[in-house]
Amino acid sequence: MSDVIIGTGKGTAVGAPQPDPNTPRVNYLNVSHTLSSWLLTKDHKRIAMLYLFSISIFFAVGGAAAGMVRAELMFPRGSLLQSEGYNRMFTAHGVIMIFFFLLVAIPAVFGNFLIPLMIGARDLAFPRLNLLSWYLYMIAGTLGVTAMLFGGVDVGWTFYTPLSSMYSNGQVTIAILAAFLAGFSSIATAVNFIATIHKMRAPGMTWDKLPLYVWGHYATSVIIILGTPVVAMTLLLVVLERTFGIGFFSPELGGDPVLFQHMFWFYSHPAVYIMILPGFSVISEIIACFSRKKIFGYHFVAYSSMAIAGLGFLVWGHHMYVSSQSMYQGTVFSLLSFLVAIPSAVKVFNWCATMYKGSVWLASPMIYAISFLGLFVIGGLTGMYLAAMATDVHLTATYFIVAHFHYVMVGGTVTAFMGALHFWWPKMTGKMYPENIARYNALIVFIGFNLTFLPQFVAGYLGMPRRYHYYPAEYQPWMILSTTGSTVLGFGMIVPVFYLLWSLKKGKDAGPNPWGAKGLEWETESPPDPHNFHHIPVVTAPVYDYDAEAEERELQGEN
Amino acid sequence: MAHVADSHGHGHKPEGVFEQYEDLHQQQSTYVLGMWSFLVTEVMFFGVMFMSYLLYRWKYQDMFYQIHHDLSWQLGGLNTANLLFSSFAVVMAVRCAQLKQNGSVLKWLGVVQLCAFGFLAIKAIEYKAKYDHGHLMLIPGNNFQWHDTAIPAGIGKLFYSLYFAMTGLHGVHVVIGILIFGVMMLLYAKKSHLVQNDYIPLELCGLYWHFVDLVWIFLYPLFYLIPK
Repeated sequence: MSDVIIGTGKGTAVGAPQPDPNTPRVNYLNVSHTLSSWLLTKDHKRIAMLYLFSISIFFAVGGAAAGMVRAELMFPRGSLLQSEGYNRMFTAHGVIMIFFFLLVAIPAVFGNFLIPLMIGARDLAFPRLNLLSWYLYMIAGTLGVTAMLFGGVDVGWTFYTPLSSMYSNGQVTIAILAAFLAGFSSIATAVNFIATIHKMRAPGMTWDKLPLYVWGHYATSVIIILGTPVVAMTLLLVVLERTFGIGFFSPELGGDPVLFQHMFWFYSHPAVYIMILPGFSVISEIIACFSRKKIFGYHFVAYSSMAIAGLGFLVWGHHMYVSSQSMYQGTVFSLLSFLVAIPSAVKVFNWCATMYKGSVWLASPMIYAISFLGLFVIGGLTGMYLAAMATDVHLTATYFIVAHFHYVMVGGTVTAFMGALHFWWPKMTGKMYPENIARYNALIVFIGFNLTFLPQFVAGYLGMPRRYHYYPAEYQPWMILSTTGSTVLGFGMIVPVFYLLWSLKKGKDAGPNPWGAKGLEWETESPPDPHNFHHIPVVTAPVYDYDAEAEERELQGEN
Repeated sequence: MAHVADSHGHGHKPEGVFEQYEDLHQQQSTYVLGMWSFLVTEVMFFGVMFMSYLLYRWKYQDMFYQIHHDLSWQLGGLNTANLLFSSFAVVMAVRCAQLKQNGSVLKWLGVVQLCAFGFLAIKAIEYKAKYDHGHLMLIPGNNFQWHDTAIPAGIGKLFYSLYFAMTGLHGVHVVIGILIFGVMMLLYAKKSHLVQNDYIPLELCGLYWHFVDLVWIFLYPLFYLIPK
């Protein structure tokens, strides 16, 4: 990791306006080159790069597990794995992707890197806590992957009791401890973000001028500090039950398994918003920049994040319509679940309105952002089917659910992650990647994704259950389509690794602001100085100070 | 680790202000906000246990009432008074820190430590009694003994599971409190610059300690004073 990154620092001076072209400007990458300067760094930008490196590895491991699952499902009687192995594989996919990729990816990489830059601060409020969170994450991830490789876990990522606490073999305890530690890592990051956003803003950076990116991460952090401790404790109780026979959840011991489901989903539904809100915040930045317009309804988009954070805690019961939950309770949860659609739709409509009459530039981040809009709308609207109790009873535990949450998690969060990576890569490394390859690749990702998950909606609607690897032959065509799509999607995820690494060595220098974007982070050098700003800036300009008409006139003039 | 002023010409910051902050005031208010955010997570953390307690107390109220007679309300009450007094001592320590009276800070923190160790000692006596009755499930855990024929063993085990898990987690917090107050005493004894110009670190420890007290204020009636 360190070698690759340091390699880029050497060439940054070339081509950039420098007082002395022979002395490379000191930036956060080339300021020191030792391994310990990376492993003990308190610089939020370096910690973000450490995170980027680690989450990429966990993403690859989780993706490999998904590949095994898809290969197995090509044939109705299986092709590759035994029943036990299949259960362990989809659990590995779920646990790794959720706890070690989706929940951390955007906040820990881009949030860490950009929040201090965007609000005009020298660092996060608690730099050592930030480093600690990376170490906790690494210990958790290593434990988790170890549990998956040696012995495996076959309870699904939801760890439902009493299966997880009484009957399952395998390394459930270690996997739970890994999730527990990963939880503390996110709590550390969230406390840091909240303190930073409240207290470290530059003079003039009022809440009304805060980029929507920061608003989104603020809402996310609020969810994390309210929700994550709950799941951490709940999972700890599962471990106590499993190892010491203390009966919190097992009916045999006097406990109640539905209590586990309530407490698990009290966190795990808001966790969905922990994954998607940072995605929303990325999309707001990209769409404003590449439409050259202020986000339409800035305040509505900002407050809708807070509304989602609040409402998100009141809807967990929609995961439990087929548990022993009372049907009156179910009705209330159903109604509240529909309400979440309102702030989500506010965002989507406002993004569309932002593009309307904007000066739209279809650069690679923008292609990801537009894919996000389409995919998230499908993911969100199918969520409405599942919020309605009557349809949900039919669709529960089918591939319809799988397709729905992949549209939100992969179509939403992963697409936004890719968009963010392409948008801020020049800022983080100072290098441009080959833009045309990136644009075609964004299309490949979009096509591969839809080919993977659209067929799953149909299979699920027709009744194919999730988590089964032996299935009636009538569903095979849908499964073959889906596996084909996943191959394309996998290809689309691997290509960027090559051209981004290539850009580190051979890419053109990006300059401070290759996209002509507004925002404090674009007023620093690329890559930024170790302390971000020479002087703490004073913010006078309004937020998203773009002018689409002027941009268009300029373009016309050029022609 | 560098607590020096940054190199970009912002003038000299007082000792003890970290480089990411503009001045002492910003640093202090950020610390306090960070601590309150952390305490929110603690509330949610204990909340899971209280939720579990709520459900099972509601389900098995009669039997919980029967079982709770085994706990000594006198010892629990003594510990409650003990912790309340320790909170007072923390407040006095913080006050002395504001007035920069190092010696008095150390004296009051010593009182806090005495109270904390006293709490753990009384807790140990209580746990010992339960262990002798076979109610404390140590590794490997399934050796719970129950002698009361009127109440099913499962309910007895559930009550004591909740009791040990909740008071145990609280006890862990007391131990952490002892450690952080120990570090504070060391810093004040050595007149470290981290605490000389800035009483906020001690106030943060105080906030933590008041939270730990508050949890006990809830635990005491829930386990020792169950009404019929």
